Amino acid sequence: MTWILDHLDVLFTTSLDHLWLALIPVVAGLLISLPLGWMASRWRLAKSILVPTAGMLYTIPSLALFVLMPLILGTRILDPLNVIAALTIYTVALLVRSVADALAAVPPAVTAAATAMGYRPLGRFFAVELPLAVPVLLAGVRVATVSNISLVSVGALIGVGGLGKFFTEGYQRGNPAEIIAAIVAILVLALLMEIILVVAGRALTPWARTGGAR
Amino acid sequence: MIEFQAVTKRYDDGTVVVDSLDLTIEDGGITVFVGPSGCGKTTSLRMINRMIDATSGTILLDGADIRAQSPAKLRRGIGYVIQHAGLFPHRSVLDNVATVPVLLGTRKSTARKQAAELLERVGLPAELGKRYPSQLSGGQQQRVGVARALAANPPVLLMDEPFSAVDPVVRDGLQEELLRLQSDLGKTIVFVTHDIDEAIKLGDKVAVLRVGGRLAQYATPAELLARPADDFVASFVGRDRGYRALGFLSAQGVPVGPVATVALGASAEQARASLDNGWAVVVDEAKRPLGWVSEGSLSTVDQVRPEDLVSGGSLFEVDSGTLRTALDSALSSPAALGIAIDAQGAVVGGVVADTVVKALADARRCGEVPT
Repeated sequence: MTWILDHLDVLFTTSLDHLWLALIPVVAGLLISLPLGWMASRWRLAKSILVPTAGMLYTIPSLALFVLMPLILGTRILDPLNVIAALTIYTVALLVRSVADALAAVPPAVTAAATAMGYRPLGRFFAVELPLAVPVLLAGVRVATVSNISLVSVGALIGVGGLGKFFTEGYQRGNPAEIIAAIVAILVLALLMEIILVVAGRALTPWARTGGAR
Repeated sequence: MIEFQAVTKRYDDGTVVVDSLDLTIEDGGITVFVGPSGCGKTTSLRMINRMIDATSGTILLDGADIRAQSPAKLRRGIGYVIQHAGLFPHRSVLDNVATVPVLLGTRKSTARKQAAELLERVGLPAELGKRYPSQLSGGQQQRVGVARALAANPPVLLMDEPFSAVDPVVRDGLQEELLRLQSDLGKTIVFVTHDIDEAIKLGDKVAVLRVGGRLAQYATPAELLARPADDFVASFVGRDRGYRALGFLSAQGVPVGPVATVALGASAEQARASLDNGWAVVVDEAKRPLGWVSEGSLSTVDQVRPEDLVSGGSLFEVDSGTLRTALDSALSSPAALGIAIDAQGAVVGGVVADTVVKALADARRCGEVPT
């Protein structure tokens, strides 16, 4: 307990580092997944390649991916980019399917109506399909965010792991308080992001709460 | 004017859904494409705004090939009403209606103001404008769909089975509403349906298509009923077509005879005295018909009360009625006497089935009935 009180400031700043390491990949992964998922929702061939490939990426052990990153990217071992790039891959693995499913769930009559009104494909995507995909898409983003917040700590084994460093440190020093504090901090971060995403989702989709049958 | 010139749509697997269609759609009327599923009616409609591109042949819109401009530009100039309305669930009713004007560059606030006016035009209260489509009934959504199609004031309106997903009573209301709107607006409307009754009710001209995308007949509804081109059209037009054709003949020549009336609240004695052939129509102060009384229904009461009335049949409006409404009023009346009313709904007399049939024979002799 005294360790925790003595190290509150370090815990706080490390939590912020941890959050960035987790969130940058969510944003980057979402930006990459949108065009890929769009392709998968549009062409059956693209879907039959992209979705299983993305699923396979997720099965790569995180530690292996972290270790491989410097070899692939040519970065230094301690570069945070290694963790960010690896987690972006995991995010893409999760979100390609979410984006494809979310876009496929937009009612065909609505997209047909948008086309008939005179939307060009890109305009239709941003004005109609993407907003309507938000509820399903957001579910995927929440999973990816929480998953990333938890995975960042594995990066501690290659020296960049946010709160994860308290696991390795606490283990080496035989200091359980350090480990428990980091676990709690990670849980708090995950919970906080969940709440923010749910609130943001509600703000983005006022129409989804109006109920009634369609 | 919309002209189909030898238009064919063949899919990659060889299926021909529209086969060398030649058709001219006149301005300012409702042209209905009707036929069984697989007859290519929706495909034909969607080729007009290039939702589907023809494999061969040409479609001219006011003399210009529709392929001369980009599909998006073309579509912004053609109203489109889709089955199930196809409203954007994430946009308010007003923003749905304002879609095309905004795409065309109208300022959002201006477009919304115009959208609110359009809502009233299609018979919706303005306060619905702030709601989302899911908060509306099916019939209301369909009206919004029509308002959205009209928003940029396009000369041409395409309607793809717009009323097929609503219940019959609502559908009837929507059809009346469309005819009323059309009498104000005079758009060139192309309407697709699989319901021949809807086609006959709405169409100025009806194109009957057969499976495989061939035009079977293109004619006015009256002609279609009186002179179907072949067995397919005859069977598609269906039973009772002789009777339904009466709906296109004016009942001006039908003589309206007297009918016994009695005021609501009159004594049973008074009522009995006024019976004619055993029946009398009970009317309110404005002489509007409420129902019938007969010898039998008066035998147990001493006053004509609303709960004792025998309910009447359909009513025949003298000025605007057709032979069909005249005959139906006589056939559906418990007294075998149809009640004729004026435009205000007041009883002016009665019609007998025999005189309607005689009027039909007279009309035939004068050549008013196509044979």
